[in-house]
Amino acid sequence: MDDLLTVSDLEVGFQTDRGLARVLDRVNFHAGRGEIVGLVGESGCGKTTLARAILGVLPENSARISAGVIDFDGRDLLAEDPQALATEVRGRQITFVPQDPFSSFNPVFTIGAQIEELMKWKSPESEPGAAGRFYPRARRRSDRARVLELLRTVQLPDPDGILKKYPHEVSGGQRQRLMIAMALLPEPQLIIADEPTTALDVTIQAQILKLLKRLATERGVSVLFTTHDLGTAYEICDRITVMYAGQEVESAPSDDFFAAPRHPYTKRLLESLPSREHGISGIPGQIPALIDPPAGCRFHPRCANASARCAAARPGVTQTGPAHRVRCHHPVDAAREAVP
Amino acid sequence: MTPPGTDLLRLEGLRKYFPIRNVWKRRIGWLKAVDDVSLTVEKGEILGVVGESGCGKSTLGKTVMGIHPPTGGRIVFEGNDITDLKPHQSRDLRRDLQYTYQDPGASLDPRWKIGKSLDEPLVIHTGLGAAARRERVSDILSAVGLPESHLDLYPHEISGGQQRRVGLARILTLQPTLVVLDEPTSGLDVSVQATVLNLFLDLQKQFDLTYVFISHDLSVVRMICDRVAVMYLGKVVELGATERIFGAPRHPYTRSLLSAIPQIGKQRITESFWLEGEPPDPGNLPSGCRFRTRCPLAAPQCEGEVPPLVEHLPGHADACLFSDRAVPGA
Repeated sequence: MDDLLTVSDLEVGFQTDRGLARVLDRVNFHAGRGEIVGLVGESGCGKTTLARAILGVLPENSARISAGVIDFDGRDLLAEDPQALATEVRGRQITFVPQDPFSSFNPVFTIGAQIEELMKWKSPESEPGAAGRFYPRARRRSDRARVLELLRTVQLPDPDGILKKYPHEVSGGQRQRLMIAMALLPEPQLIIADEPTTALDVTIQAQILKLLKRLATERGVSVLFTTHDLGTAYEICDRITVMYAGQEVESAPSDDFFAAPRHPYTKRLLESLPSREHGISGIPGQIPALIDPPAGCRFHPRCANASARCAAARPGVTQTGPAHRVRCHHPVDAAREAVP
Repeated sequence: MTPPGTDLLRLEGLRKYFPIRNVWKRRIGWLKAVDDVSLTVEKGEILGVVGESGCGKSTLGKTVMGIHPPTGGRIVFEGNDITDLKPHQSRDLRRDLQYTYQDPGASLDPRWKIGKSLDEPLVIHTGLGAAARRERVSDILSAVGLPESHLDLYPHEISGGQQRRVGLARILTLQPTLVVLDEPTSGLDVSVQATVLNLFLDLQKQFDLTYVFISHDLSVVRMICDRVAVMYLGKVVELGATERIFGAPRHPYTRSLLSAIPQIGKQRITESFWLEGEPPDPGNLPSGCRFRTRCPLAAPQCEGEVPPLVEHLPGHADACLFSDRAVPGA
């Protein structure tokens, strides 16, 4: 598949009081056109930092991008003029669905006013950069029709009425539907959804996942879906990349990934999920501090398969199957593991 | 002492209503957070209370604890009615009945060292001297798997999983019989969650505890609870043994809730999930069965009376008129 987004050897650090925290350590990542890619990892693994780096919204005063390339549709997002990216790419080619639909609306404006503001700047009919200061009446009318149609598509009851409401007057599930609608309105090529269902109840989560999957497939939009929940990733993703302590450790097509995880961390993570078959088993130890991470493979202090080589050298990428890549010196042998 | 297998806690028609007020503080309605809940907790068991946000599961736990005074009904603990105890009367009771808050990070005093937080309940509830208290604290600390050195740390210096262990240690110092755990695993990563769950199970054996385990995470509840109560908008809609609830759920709400859990290797919910709509406004509930507005089995009879929680099968009760029917489309 021809890739829409390729991140290669990206290094991001955060300046803290106690030194530089190396939050992303030469991370590689890619997303194909129309593909839903899950970026999975526990808190502090760097998944949100990667999502923000792609979006270009890392905090300017503390984040340092020291190396790497983010290639999006043939453009190098780290080398280009930030102003051009802000008008042409961010919010237009790449849009964002936040984790928390509660704090992502401005409480003092109606939902309609906030969507209108979005369309004034980022409507697919508008000229990048030229728009904003004034909003031609004809375009305002056609944009409104487009908004109403999309609100119906995301199954919001009474789209006209909802535009007149304030954010606190609609439920969490509806707010997340609105967020998805707003992410789709500029007709982007890539949606970055940062834990979009974490704040929702399971039945609402199921509805939102179903909706996101359907819309992304229908419209051929790529989705970068970050989550800490492997179950959610299973539901929606075509391919899954797992991160641990700032390094990507495994990447594989969803079916292959869940059937035969190859990285010891991934395997233990899957076993941590409560299930009937293997009881409850956690991963001993703790996530390392990123100020002074372990040398070599960052997982080696907690890994049962670790050898001296793991502490000395950072493992390279091993191709263990078609499109299945794992960063480990001793990948789990699926065939051998299957026979107890 | 209550022998195992008998009722440690019994709730009879427990109600907790909160007034809804308009801008002039005039009451314009009631929010029925817990409405006519009757159930029992047996000695030594783990009773799961599950439901989505706003279903009243936390209010139920807090009402049992006396944090909220109940609007109606009775709470019987170890054979004694504790519904209307005055604060000074309930002080002895507090030692036996304990509650862990959802967010242990927020319920520990940020300016107190862990050691002081662990010492406080002993000062309040026991007449132990300083040396005896210190010994009790260090025993509990090793039981929850924390090093002694943590006594001199502040809450912000330890991780979320460790804060949870401290929260648990804090109530175990008093050797309670019943512990209400309110969302004890929310906000934890799965690898940490697994170790915390194992800790709950170990401590239950070690200290002969009974848990009321309030959670929205059904896969966790399935792993550790003996019986489960499913709540929807203030009502218990289904109550039974964990295997029965998860293996053969009867109430349509329970069925939809279970079909919403992502299950790796099974059919994807993006292909199979059937429940539409969102829960109604809890301040303005539909008449009759509260689930009827979203229920695929709803019939005119559902609008009339509130279906009672009936044991259709031994040890497995549900509050639905049509729980024998299959759900269309599921």
